[in-house]
Amino acid sequence: MLSNITLGQYYPVDSRVHRLDPRTKLILSIVFIVAVFLAKTWVGYGLLFAFIVLAARLSNVPLKMLFRGLKPLKWILIITFLLNLFFTPGDTVWVSFWVIRITKEAFFQALFYSLRLVFLVIGTSLLTLTTSPVALADAMEILLSPLKVIHFPAHELAMMMTIALRFVPTLLEEADKIMKAQMARGADFESGNLITRAKAMVPLLVPLFVSAFRRASDLAMAMESRCYHGGEGRTRLRVLKFTRNDGIACLVVAALVALLILEGILL
Amino acid sequence: MPIEVKNLTHCYSEGNALKTVALNDVSFTVEDGEFLGIIGHTGSGKSTLVQHLNGLLKPSSGQILIDGEDLNAEKTDRRALRQRIGLVFQYPEYQLFEETVEKDIAFGPKSMKLPEAEIEERVSWALECVHLDRETVGKKSPFELSGGQMRRVAIAGVLAMKPSVLILDEPSAGLDPMGRDAILTMVEELHARDHITILMVSHSMDDMARLATRLLVMSEGKIAAVGTPREIFSQPELLSSIGLDVPEAARLCARLRQEGYDLPADLYRPEELKEHLLRLFGERKEGAGC
Ligand SMILES: Nc1ncnc2c1ncn2[C@@H]1O[C@H](COP(=O)(O)OP(=O)(O)OP(=O)(O)O)[C@@H](O)[C@H]1O
Ligand SMILES: [Mg+2]
Repeated sequence: MLSNITLGQYYPVDSRVHRLDPRTKLILSIVFIVAVFLAKTWVGYGLLFAFIVLAARLSNVPLKMLFRGLKPLKWILIITFLLNLFFTPGDTVWVSFWVIRITKEAFFQALFYSLRLVFLVIGTSLLTLTTSPVALADAMEILLSPLKVIHFPAHELAMMMTIALRFVPTLLEEADKIMKAQMARGADFESGNLITRAKAMVPLLVPLFVSAFRRASDLAMAMESRCYHGGEGRTRLRVLKFTRNDGIACLVVAALVALLILEGILL
Repeated sequence: MPIEVKNLTHCYSEGNALKTVALNDVSFTVEDGEFLGIIGHTGSGKSTLVQHLNGLLKPSSGQILIDGEDLNAEKTDRRALRQRIGLVFQYPEYQLFEETVEKDIAFGPKSMKLPEAEIEERVSWALECVHLDRETVGKKSPFELSGGQMRRVAIAGVLAMKPSVLILDEPSAGLDPMGRDAILTMVEELHARDHITILMVSHSMDDMARLATRLLVMSEGKIAAVGTPREIFSQPELLSSIGLDVPEAARLCARLRQEGYDLPADLYRPEELKEHLLRLFGERKEGAGC
């Protein structure tokens, strides 16, 4: 039934990339996305490729996990490739029959744009594979906290995200249990047309909502009884620390960006 | 409707790192009209086991035969079967959802497509069985009731399907002594008066001593022992080695035997212990009087 659902794709192993400060990883990922768009030639792509290989090796995440992120995008990738392949003007004709005309220029441009998507997905996958959702929420809170000046609720937002993430598996488990309990009473979730099926969800949804509200009020009470009063003056159990490795990572990415800019000017 | 469990094995999250073997080669039989108590430490697989008995979980390997028919065979109508083998989950009060108590209890019979009059009758009968007054609670929302009352409504919801086997997973957990006693009395009546075969999971050895005709002891997904309560409770070493206890009466009896009182080793019910003690102390008094 609803078993085996893991949230996000955090891959829990230990590595230098995992140990990096989540703030560093978040910022560097954004910089990496910009860098992908800076690359204009195949030399630039070579650099990006080398960087990704390095980061992936250091992260101890199996290649299979990295490529899994591409699966949902496979149609977008294929369409991008085909559109560019057929509709880019070029001179060196490779194949030509009926209305189809494939040129060398078009082929390389199609490859170029598809690879750009692949780089973007794998780069961001590396972030989510090596950083737990909670750490990510923490990092976001700190990075957004300067916006508190304009009354942006950075802490509240991060807290909401953390709580939601924390309770998704719990609620799934609960849904599974309620579903079984109702099936034991003769409920039928599997047959019938759309309307009967939608109706059959009532015995599942009502108890699930009731329990979610009960949990929410229990949680609020528990937080308050432990003196939670919002982000003001709150200290952290695990203080995020900028280490030497973070410095090295920043330097490597800075070098990558510098080289890409140089490449843009020179080539 | 005998239930036969043959070499049942169940693994959760098969095929990934979190794989847990919750049941490991379990075999036993439940005869008609018996009251089988299932005991075992937390996480020993009791809930997993009972969910197999009406087809809510599929075995990883092994078979469950109901009346000689394989429960998980392609042609078996599991939905019809669930009406004959009623299962009350752990904390069943969280499954209530209708506007009124009556409607909630009618949910099972309704999904059986019974005629209106029959449903009405069953709701009344089920409420009576769980000792709730239809006049006072029937039209109330289930969410207005106390926890103990909610639990009874949930049990009534299963009873309304008139199962011939009733499985209860820790029906008295988290209730006060009176609530617990009410539930147990109710189960006792269903067994004695309505001749329903009962399987009950419980952590309370005293409840088991009072009700069960046979006990199944689970430990780490395996059956550690099967037998009458007298056989099981006369092996305190076995029970304590898997983190279980004996009933109060058996403990008191063992303690008295240690002090040198002449009592049989296999007493476990308060009444029989009382009888023996009265006899013993009565004899002494007579002896002292001489
Ligand atoms: N939905 C599930 N997914 C994965 N593992 C589970 C699931 N349900 C139970 N388990 C595991 O299976 C084992 C047996 O659990 P089960 O609920 O059957 O124990 P139990 O004897 O009913 O315990 P308790 O007395 O606490 O109710 C446990 O190790 C548990 O962690
Ligand atoms: Mg259990």
